[in-house]
This record gives sequence, C-alpha cells and structure tokens, in this order.
Amino acid sequence: MPETSIGTVEGPGLPAFGRLRHPLALTWRQYRLERRMFWRNPSAAFFNFALPLLFLAGAGAALSGNQHQLDRLVPMIAGMSVMSTTFTALAYNIVFLRERGVLKRIRGTPLPTISYFGGVAANAVTNTVLQIAIIVLAGRAFFGIGWPLHWGALVVFVVVGVVCFAALGVAFAHAIPNFESTAAYVNAVFLPVVAISFYVFDSSSAPGFVRTIAEALPLKPLIDGLSGAMVALPSAAQAGAGLGSHLDALAVIALWGAFGLYFAVRGFSWEASRT
Amino acid sequence: MRGIDITVERGEVFGLLGPNGAGKTTTVEILDGYRTRTGGEVSVLGEDPAERSLALRRRIGIVLQSGGIYSHITPREALRHWASFYPHPRDVEEVLDLAGLQEKADERSRRLSGGQLRRLDFALALVGDPELIFLDEPTTGFDPEARRAAWATVRSLRALGKTILLTTHYLEEAQALADRVAIVKDGRVLAIGPPRELMAHPPGGAAHYRIAYRDGDGELIERETDDPTTLLHELTAEALAGGRRLEELSVGRPTLEDVYLELTADADADAPAAPREGESRREASRA
Repeated sequence: MPETSIGTVEGPGLPAFGRLRHPLALTWRQYRLERRMFWRNPSAAFFNFALPLLFLAGAGAALSGNQHQLDRLVPMIAGMSVMSTTFTALAYNIVFLRERGVLKRIRGTPLPTISYFGGVAANAVTNTVLQIAIIVLAGRAFFGIGWPLHWGALVVFVVVGVVCFAALGVAFAHAIPNFESTAAYVNAVFLPVVAISFYVFDSSSAPGFVRTIAEALPLKPLIDGLSGAMVALPSAAQAGAGLGSHLDALAVIALWGAFGLYFAVRGFSWEASRT
Repeated sequence: MRGIDITVERGEVFGLLGPNGAGKTTTVEILDGYRTRTGGEVSVLGEDPAERSLALRRRIGIVLQSGGIYSHITPREALRHWASFYPHPRDVEEVLDLAGLQEKADERSRRLSGGQLRRLDFALALVGDPELIFLDEPTTGFDPEARRAAWATVRSLRALGKTILLTTHYLEEAQALADRVAIVKDGRVLAIGPPRELMAHPPGGAAHYRIAYRDGDGELIERETDDPTTLLHELTAEALAGGRRLEELSVGRPTLEDVYLELTADADADAPAAPREGESRREASRA
C-alpha cells in the first residue's frame, strides 16, 4: 500500500493530546494544501505560468533588437501576470469551490475563516512572486534587460498590486452566477483592461479620454510602477523612477484595493445560490 | 418553517422524516449554523449555532446534502487536512477503515464514484470525533449494499455514544436507525416518537392492522382493523364453519410508511387551516 507522505511530523495520524491549533499553523496547512492542489491541476498551472511566458516569448521575438520596445514589454507582461495570477485565478477558484460546495463544507468545520483565506491568498502571492521572478530572469537571459533598478519599489508595487487584484477577484466572484459562465465574465473584464492599459502605456498618441480611463483603472498605474522599478526608461515622464515619482499610481491601486476588499468581505457567499 | 419543537437527547439517533420540501434541510441548516433563524430559540450543545463559534464547530460533524471536495485531493489527504482542524481528531487510518475507503485512500477524488464520495462525506464528518453529528439525507443515491454499510456506520457511532440527527425520506431508514423520529411536513411536526410507538399507537388513530386473504373466487380481500384478534377470530370461525380455507392469509402491522402516508395526506387536507406562526423552538442535544 503506497504511503504518500503529506503529513508533517505532528500530523494528525499521530495520537493527539489536545493539540491547540493556532490559526497561523492552520493557515500554513491550508497554504500547503492550496499549493498541492494548484500543481495537480495542469490547466491552472498553464494559465498561470505558460500563457504570460508565451506572450513574453512571442512579443519578445517580434521586437528582438529593439531594446527600447523590449524595455516597455517586460513591465507590461509583469503587470498582466499580477492580474492573471490573482484576479483571474481567484475569481475562477472561488466560483468553482463555491458552486461545488467545497466552501460550504469548509465553513462547517472549525477552520478559522482567516486561516482559510490566509492560505488561499498566500497561494496567489506565491504564484505572483514566481511569475515575476520568471519574467525578470527571462528578461535578463533572453532580452538583455538588467536586474530591476529599484528592488524596494518592485516589492511595494507587487505587494500592493497583489492585494488590489486579489481583493477585486474575490469581489468579482460574487457577480458570477455559475461556473460555466466564469470564463465569459472574467475575460469580459480581463481582456479590455489589459488591452486599454497596454495601449495607453505603449502609445503616447492615445486619445485623451482613453488615457483618462486607463489611468483610472488599476492595471496601467501598476505597469507604470513596475516599469519605474524594473527598467530605466529614457522618456522624461517615466525616467528611472523608483517609488517617489509613482505615488499617484500607488494611490490609484490602493483605492481599487480598498474598494475590492470592501466588496470581497461584504458580499462573500459561501454557497451556491439556490435557484 | 412554521414551528418545529424538538429536543434531541444526548446519545440518541433522532430522525427527521418528511417529503421533499418539508423543511428538513432548513431545520438542519439552522441547527448546524448555515442559516440564521427568523424566530424562536435554538440550542445546540448548550450554544446558539447562529453565533458559529469555533468551540461549537469543534464538537459537531456535518454531512451535507451538497458538499463538494477538491477535485485533486485524495481521501487520505483530505482526512489528514480535516483532522488538523480539530483538537482531538480520530486516527485517519481508522476513519478510512470505518468508511470503507482504505482501498481508495490514495485515489484523486474526481475518480471516485458517487457512493465513494458519499463515504468520504461521512469520513470527513467523523474525523474530528464530534459529539453531535448531522446527517442530511446521508444515503440518498446509495445502492442497497452501500445503504446497509452506512447504516452499520451510524449504528457504530451510536454505540460510541454519539448523538445523531438524521434527515431522510426513506422510511425504512428511519425505522432501522432512529431511536425517535419526527414526521415533518410544511415546516410543522405532525408526529413525534419512537418508530415502534408511532406504529403501535398512530397519532389520530390512523393506520390499522391489515388482514388480507383470498376468498373462494380467488379475489384478494383486504380489511383494516384496530382489533386484529377479534377480526381474525371472526374470519377464521366463518371459514371453518363454511369449510373454506383462507388462502394467503396474512396479518400486517402498520408500518411507519402507513403512519407517514396517512399523516402527510391528512396534513395536505388541512393545510390551509391554522397556520401556526410565531413560537418555533428547536433544540438539539441538550447538555
């Protein structure tokens, strides 16, 4: 009989003497379970890692030799990755678990809510960090982009971006009525936001109202921030900027984050609606 | 829900019996903390389930009608994870044995059959070694063999001193397992008591003994009575005097099904009358 070793030394298979389960310990356990489930689902792993990388490889090859363009491409892909590993992944996950009744079952156990969401959020953060690391390494290895200029600013923007898009993903899950329509709902938000943000970030001739919309959405400010942190850009507006010159961008992302957190917590539904 | 007043004693198996839509699941979901009541008093192990305290959730186990599980988790992993939530969990291997899942312990849940998933539901509810277990339609969709196995599990839990609140629309299940049953319909309790007593003394004098036989023409005659001794004596006396035989003679005791069918049919008849609003009080397992 094969024994899969997934328990820790203090695993529940051993006799228990009234172990008191600290919420932090349970968060860690939930996190490890989420990681294991993530890697066992090849399509989720593909969407999280392969897609942005393919994008980077394709566009990178097309822009090969044009260092200026490549410098702009990397932060765009990085911003998109933050959104896909948090917003998209969480909206999918929450709707799936809700409709399948997994959330309802978990709610009936003594797993603290904070531990459950702590584990789920840490899982999303891990994916984002892995993704950004891959992009930084790939950018350096294949496209001649140096190490990020401002590590501190990179960390701040990734953290704030993750919190913002993760909260928005959970909040957006409330709007999705069933699992079958998740892809339609998520893409109806994801694709236009990515398109407008990429367009405005990349083109200085974008019409004013389009620019205004993009600046008001969270992705364009995130790309600005990541761009300032990751690469040195010659244009005056975005030149070598760390945290200081992107405070307004940070403020926009934080506002969206607060908005997302409010609705993520307020409207959270543990079970499929009875229709 | 109109008003359900039930007290479940510690260590008993209590059955909530009723047709679909009778309010069984609503009642259970109020008791296990999934729904908030609109009125009345509820006490579960001395606590109000609406507060959803961790302390209470550590002491109860829930088998939902519609609880899913991660597609890529194995039963052993799920049980280990669930066990870690509780202060005094049961041994995971022992629970796998009890649920009959040892052979499928390392199979991904998406490859398990419906019956195996249901057994996993059972196992997940038991692994925390709860004092009180809610079983909402635990054997719906089971084949007869799986049902017998589930019944054996419930009996062994009862033998361990667990309190069990069971909902079912299978009468034989309530009859086989429950120490007491409440027959509910339209959010009201129509009858309450041990199955044996409900059958012996049906509420409202419903459900009679049934005596059946074939007469000389081979026609099946069925007669209902409250006094089978007298009727049987009369029938046999007549037959003996006439030199006839009572072919296929049988005396049927009222089953829970008879009581149930009569009660729920009656409830339909006077459904528009007397809607009892207000006081509704549910209690489970008073300490």
